[in-house]
Amino acid sequence: MNPADVIATLTLQAGFNSAVVVAGTACLGVAAGAIGGFMLLRKRALVSDALSHATLPGIALAFLIATGLGLEGRSLPVLLTGALVSGLAGVLAIQAITRHTRLPEDAAIGAVLSVFFGVGVVLLSHIQTLATGNQAGLKTFILGQTAAMNQGEALALGALALAALAAAGLLFKEFRLLCFDPDFAAGQGWPTRRIDLALMGLTTLVTVIGLQTVGLILIVALLIVPAAAARFWTERLWVMVLVAAALGGASGWIGASLSALVPRLPAGAVIVLVAGALFLVSFLAAPARGVVATALRQARLRLAYAEQAALAAHEAGHPLDASPAIMAWLRLRGLAADGVLTERGRAAASAADRNRRLWERFLIRYPTLIPGQANWGIDPIDRVLPADMVRDLETGPAGMAHREIAG
Amino acid sequence: MLFPHSAPSIAETAATPPLEVRGLTVAYNRKPVLWSADYTAPARGLIAIVGPNGAGKSTFIKACLGLVPAVSGTVKVHGGPVAKRRALIGYVPQRETVDWDFPASALDVVAMGRYAMIGWCRPVGRAHKEAARACLDRVGMADFADRQIGQLSGGQQQRVFLARALAQEARVYFMDEPFAGVDAATERAVIQVLRDLDHAGRTVICVHHDLQTVADYFDHVLLLNTRVVAAGPVATTLNAETLRQTYGGRLGPGDVPMAGRDRAPDPGRDLAPLERGVA
Amino acid sequence: MITTQEFLQIDLPAMTAAVLACVCCALVGNFLVLRRQSLLGDAISHAILPGIVAGFLITGTRAGLPVILGALAAAVIAGVLIEAVRRFGRLDGGAAMGVVFTVMFAGGVVLIEQGAARAVDLDADCVLYGQLEAILWLAPQTWADLADPAVWADLPRQVVTLALVTLLCVVCVVAFAKELAITSFDPALATTLGIPAGLFHHAVVVLVAIAAIASFEAVGSILVVAMLICPAATARLLTDRLPVQLWLSVAIGGLTGAGGYLLGAFGPSILAGGPADALNAAGMIATLAGVLLTAAILFAPRHGVLARNRPRHRGAAGHQMGKDVVSDAVTH
Repeated sequence: MNPADVIATLTLQAGFNSAVVVAGTACLGVAAGAIGGFMLLRKRALVSDALSHATLPGIALAFLIATGLGLEGRSLPVLLTGALVSGLAGVLAIQAITRHTRLPEDAAIGAVLSVFFGVGVVLLSHIQTLATGNQAGLKTFILGQTAAMNQGEALALGALALAALAAAGLLFKEFRLLCFDPDFAAGQGWPTRRIDLALMGLTTLVTVIGLQTVGLILIVALLIVPAAAARFWTERLWVMVLVAAALGGASGWIGASLSALVPRLPAGAVIVLVAGALFLVSFLAAPARGVVATALRQARLRLAYAEQAALAAHEAGHPLDASPAIMAWLRLRGLAADGVLTERGRAAASAADRNRRLWERFLIRYPTLIPGQANWGIDPIDRVLPADMVRDLETGPAGMAHREIAG
Repeated sequence: MLFPHSAPSIAETAATPPLEVRGLTVAYNRKPVLWSADYTAPARGLIAIVGPNGAGKSTFIKACLGLVPAVSGTVKVHGGPVAKRRALIGYVPQRETVDWDFPASALDVVAMGRYAMIGWCRPVGRAHKEAARACLDRVGMADFADRQIGQLSGGQQQRVFLARALAQEARVYFMDEPFAGVDAATERAVIQVLRDLDHAGRTVICVHHDLQTVADYFDHVLLLNTRVVAAGPVATTLNAETLRQTYGGRLGPGDVPMAGRDRAPDPGRDLAPLERGVA
Repeated sequence: MITTQEFLQIDLPAMTAAVLACVCCALVGNFLVLRRQSLLGDAISHAILPGIVAGFLITGTRAGLPVILGALAAAVIAGVLIEAVRRFGRLDGGAAMGVVFTVMFAGGVVLIEQGAARAVDLDADCVLYGQLEAILWLAPQTWADLADPAVWADLPRQVVTLALVTLLCVVCVVAFAKELAITSFDPALATTLGIPAGLFHHAVVVLVAIAAIASFEAVGSILVVAMLICPAATARLLTDRLPVQLWLSVAIGGLTGAGGYLLGAFGPSILAGGPADALNAAGMIATLAGVLLTAAILFAPRHGVLARNRPRHRGAAGHQMGKDVVSDAVTH
């Protein structure tokens, strides 16, 4: 492929059909990302997996019934109605099993997922033996067939994306409450079951409409992966939902384009791989909750505690006694040389000692006021607490340091 | 070494303190839950760990056992690191940490305490089953040996956990709220077992939430509120000043439960508004 | 009706493979259900796809060590990745699994398509549904032939593999029964006793992966999930004893495998009263597993829905217990 083709496809200039597919898939990604964000926080990520697998028997049954009635069995509305019904039946079965038996939810999900799929496989094998024959049309639902998308379907996906974003916006407050604390929400008089149903309904809608595009095995990836990736970028829910929608849209856009450009790249799988790549980048590099940033923060915290412990011990009159790594760190910081503290080190030690005493006193006087954002005990207290409070701590009656009592 | 059966002999460890903690700091994410804790447990007497909710009491025990990673600090049990002293340590976790629906009888659960002694791949033999049954008997639960654990009451479940700890035949016991949510009969049974353990020269360290009974049940106390506030014999350590430092703010001298008969009103209740936040 | 020769050559090996696959999956599946990690089975059975395809593309056959090693490597990688995403990414376990297995499965699908370009004989169908009907044992022609050792030497490879894997699973579960139980029930206590709970978690993953890999060729990747979860869940509802649960699930698994195969192979002809095309046997096995689970959910003597709702006093006891738990939760 040459660069001009790549750019043409990505910018929807590579012919009408390709533009329809790319835009439609991107819309599906947006819808799935936004709704998936809430499902992730509701800890229901894998319920949607069961939901999508459970659509198979419905598709097959709808085909059988429609053919039996003399209708065109392969018409999309008929098949999707069947998918919707059996998908919802699967979700209800999970809820019933979890509520009425001792089986945990994960076992219920796995059992429903595999049994429904098994029933679907049996029905498909039955359809194949019929004179009306040929289940080929139905099998595309399992792994998807993006290239077959027509203009109407792309428009439907666009409408779905708008509807999902609108629902996420309108019901934002309710969904947040539901995800964070459903019991509290119920106590406040919110109709949590109906809100839950609305969220489940939106998920079902996304799943069923996305079946043809990415297939029933991988549609769940569009609901989970962009949302999980978005979680690394932010601590705010609305930002997360928007980022998830954007990442989902980007996965659909890039994945569909790649699939159009390169022969024998099945679109559904490529879209998921692109989403996976975006997830990997987010997982590693996102500043808010990414692995690298978190590890760096944790290492800094460890060093700070170790440094404080070494300096405090020195201030209490013990010889400087720390592990070689910590000594190297102190040398690096210019606090120690040749195994003893430098001038700067002694100043830092007395500052650390004062800081520690003040934090200790703060904890004694206001044990419930521990500031959440600061590395308390380590961060300089003057920078965390208001000046008058620090003054108050310095001048107030001294709290007993624990070692005075402990002995 | 997965099953350290070459446990140090009593003589070898007699001179060392049962538990020695230096500079133990545990931080979940950024906020320290336990800050630079130093503690040396006495050789004899029952020890209570006391402090407000979220003070890091359970974290202290879990960090001592190596179940949560420490940011800094060292823990020694009878003079050696925990990993080399597993055979000396018994643990009673909080009741709700396990799945009580698990397909196991009370006897099965108690026998779990002896798995390390039995060793890899060997089934639970008759001798170990009898030992487990004897432990159930000591907590008054012999009649329930074959009952599925989910069908026991909360107090009975707690006694099963205690029996399992007894079955471990440890030297140092860590117990997380063994009195939490149990009936009066269980409370009496538990304290009797703890006293027996103490008389047999074992060390027992309990997270305890009820200030009223600390003086009745325990000999030593470790007051914890993210850092170690005070530690020592109950009689000299538990006073208005240390409690104020542990629970914060305004706790009058009348509210302090002193050793002996006349009980003060439950200070836990008085402290409740304080714990929500100091204005 | 079918002849003895047809039964011996076609149905017997396929049914044996189905039974063995169901038995080994059912046995290891117990520990997934007990650990509340049933969906790990789902994740693993999807995630092994790229490993299988990679092994297949290298050797060009669906048999052989490279395929098994590839699948095993993929399963271990999936297990490690899920744990890493969960712990370091601070995501909930379900989401971590969802991310890892879907992406790996997608990778496998792409590999299949790319491999199909090289005209090799592998498609998504045999991964999803398995190929029980491809398991043939041509040596025996009459029942008397079964006495001939030479006939046994010709046993289909899949059946031999499944038999070995089933044996391995039984040996592991029996040898480590105690360790598997304690690390499932109370991992913290296990750790303080010096039994590495984390190691056993990964050991369970590997055992599940081995069972899934051996079975997937027979019953397909998604139906492996049914065999991992349904028999164990059914047994879970019928007993409160771990050893009983283990053997019961094995019995249910074997019954499901045989019954499902027979229903799929002969059900249509019996229904039609004449020769008819067979239904997909793997799907039928999963369906039967679902029927048995539903029956247990409804009619299990103590934990079934009907039994729970019938006698009043037991309901009251359960209610009391619930209250205990609530009051405990409040005191903490």
